[in-house]
Amino acid sequence: MLEVQGLSKTYGSGATATRAIDHIEFDVSESEFVSVVGPSGCGKTTLLKCMAGLLEPTSGRTMLLGHQVTRSPPEMAVVFQDYSRSLFPWLTVRRNVALPLRRKPEIADRERLVAETLAAVGLAGFEEHYPWQLSGGMQQRVAIARALAYQPKVLLMDEPFASVDAQTRGELEDLVLSVRRRFGVTCVLVTHDIDEAVYMSDRVVVLTSPPSRVLETVAIDLPRPRNQVTTREHPSFGHLRGHVYQLIKGRAGRSPAPGPEEEFATT
Amino acid sequence: MEGSDALARAPAQPGPVVSPSGGSNVRARRGRPFAERRGAAFALGTLGVLLVFALAELVSRANIVSPQDIPPASRIVGELVSQLGTSEFWSQVGATLLGWAVGLGIATAGGIAFGVLLGSSVYVRAALRPTVEFLRPVPSVALIPLAILVWGQDLGSKVFLVVVGALWPIVIQSMYGVSQVDDVARDTARSYGLGASERLRFLVLPSALPFIATGLRIASATALIVGVTAEVVIGNKGLGNGIALAQAGGNVELMYALILTTGVLGIAIHMLFSAFERPLLRWHTSQRGTE
Amino acid sequence: MSARTRRWVLVGLEIGVTALIIAGVWLYSERAVSYVVAPVPDIAARFRETFLFAQFGSDVLPSLLRFALGFVIACIVGVGVGLLLGRSLVLRLLTTPIVSFLRSTPAVALLPLAIVLIGIGTPMSVFIIAFVCCWPILLNTTDGVVELDPTLRATVESYGITGLDRLRLVILPAISPRVLAGMRTSISLALLLLVVSEMIGNSNGIGNFIFQAQQTFAIADMWAGIVLLGVLGYLVNTAFGAVERRLLRWHVSERRA
Repeated sequence: MLEVQGLSKTYGSGATATRAIDHIEFDVSESEFVSVVGPSGCGKTTLLKCMAGLLEPTSGRTMLLGHQVTRSPPEMAVVFQDYSRSLFPWLTVRRNVALPLRRKPEIADRERLVAETLAAVGLAGFEEHYPWQLSGGMQQRVAIARALAYQPKVLLMDEPFASVDAQTRGELEDLVLSVRRRFGVTCVLVTHDIDEAVYMSDRVVVLTSPPSRVLETVAIDLPRPRNQVTTREHPSFGHLRGHVYQLIKGRAGRSPAPGPEEEFATT
Repeated sequence: MEGSDALARAPAQPGPVVSPSGGSNVRARRGRPFAERRGAAFALGTLGVLLVFALAELVSRANIVSPQDIPPASRIVGELVSQLGTSEFWSQVGATLLGWAVGLGIATAGGIAFGVLLGSSVYVRAALRPTVEFLRPVPSVALIPLAILVWGQDLGSKVFLVVVGALWPIVIQSMYGVSQVDDVARDTARSYGLGASERLRFLVLPSALPFIATGLRIASATALIVGVTAEVVIGNKGLGNGIALAQAGGNVELMYALILTTGVLGIAIHMLFSAFERPLLRWHTSQRGTE
Repeated sequence: MSARTRRWVLVGLEIGVTALIIAGVWLYSERAVSYVVAPVPDIAARFRETFLFAQFGSDVLPSLLRFALGFVIACIVGVGVGLLLGRSLVLRLLTTPIVSFLRSTPAVALLPLAIVLIGIGTPMSVFIIAFVCCWPILLNTTDGVVELDPTLRATVESYGITGLDRLRLVILPAISPRVLAGMRTSISLALLLLVVSEMIGNSNGIGNFIFQAQQTFAIADMWAGIVLLGVLGYLVNTAFGAVERRLLRWHVSERRA
């Protein structure tokens, strides 16, 4: 579905040039859930923006279904971290969700689509509210609904749950998993929360510090459907989580107890 | 969930709408765009000014517009330069600035006092609210005939109008500034036994200072506008009067030169008061940020 | 003092002091020997006689027309050019000195220029109002566009919202708070220019009326005109405030939330 090929991005030029990401490569299969983690400032957001066509990479490219991504393709939807600045405060919830659909005239019966998406994220009945009338978690749900209504093949999320409280975060994580299960959307999640990455993903791509490359891709073979209680109690969860943590902290390869097989980066 | 699911029944979508692979990115750029380089602002700005001058020059000399309406830019500048050598010019500038300064000074003193009073006492505010609301919308220029009646063409009429025009921004901003005084700070001051006048000096006025500075900036511009208005309409001595006389006498180049001068005055005043206002605002908002 | 008593005291002060002031002004106007003042009842009478409705059509209407026309043109041009400047850094840098200069020039200094170029009469008034009032709107529009939130921009781009849709549904609403603030400034300027341009460059209109009244020493007329201007200023500001509040429902409430 999605192939990131040798993606690099350098900001600035000459003496003040900063290499954010350097030759990043990984693939995402259809309906897969992949998380991208790494140390603070490792260019995760830069990577996501390049993949989404919002930022021009210095070199390399992203291939979506065999075609190169240059501008924001209609097959991709993005959910940003800051929902309060991503939703349009002058539009109702319903209009916010419906607005991007203007780009897709081929979608029939938009009204029903909007209503069903909002119901799917648990906001039925809030269609005529304005974003400022909703809590943070609810606003992010609207953003998710908007992305879903857009009917993307790939859903990119940039630290979408970082701005909500811990309890809401758990609810939103499960929400994303359930809609993914239901609509078969391929997901790429950028996050700094290792637990979240392990909980939600099929694979976790671990980046180095800048200039960031793929350090390792960790396969997460925890059973699905995931559950906030049982999955986190699963014996492998701790190992996987610890392994990712050590990768990020730079002490990879010294796990104290035998863990599941790990896949190495395919560079 | 049973039943119709519009999401799952999505119609087959056409192929991805992205450019065919292999081509270089559409917006490839080498290095930074010119406009973001250092010094570009100055270069482009100067270029812009020169372009306008060139345009004015050409349009006039080519007789697209009658030189009586818009003289060539070079002649206007020439006239301006020669004016700089005359005492008449400088006495006009002086007269404009004098009326502006005196009027602004009175408006500032009275405006701050009145504004602080209004802001400090809810009783005074209530008592005077309808009167203030009634007086405020009256445009200062509406009182021009009144000013003529009382002072004629003396300086007094100009100063009167400037005061009326410049008063309200200062009053409003002062009032607002007083209302913004931090409650905790006020209580602290009171608990330390600071009397009302001490609180005013050490707490209220300094807190309100950034707002007053903003009010002053706005009022200074208004004062210039109203002052020049008085000169044009009533005929008080000053640049406005000079402009009107030049227009009446058909001396178009002089008229433009004097208009340019008022523009320069306007910019100078704006820069002067902005320079005062900015550091005060920074102190204030950054102080707020540490709360 | 309890809250309730306090409220009554405040209301009492408001009404009482105002009544006192009115009475004082009234008495002064009746007793004063100065030729500057006219008795309040006379002013009221002249106000009623002229503006309601004998000279409404001949003086008030033309003024309102000039004001409205000039202001609307200023809005259209200001927003239009402001949007253009907002999109292009090069254009902005090119025009900044000129725009700053034009904006700082006292509006009235341009009045004789307008008379030279256009002659006296309504077109001149409309021109000067439009010309001077477009700058605050223009500058605020440009600032609004430049300061558009990056996350908002990224969202719009990621969903491929372009062209008229983007302008109508995203950009204009997003910058409307700033643009409306600019319009608020322009309205006061417009009123000022209207009055002055009528005083020296028109044969009718409220400004002209007041000026003539003073010249012919019809003092009560003069004061009636001043009162009318005050009333107009109040009405215009109130109306604008109401429109602003309605358009920015989402914004003010958002700040309150």
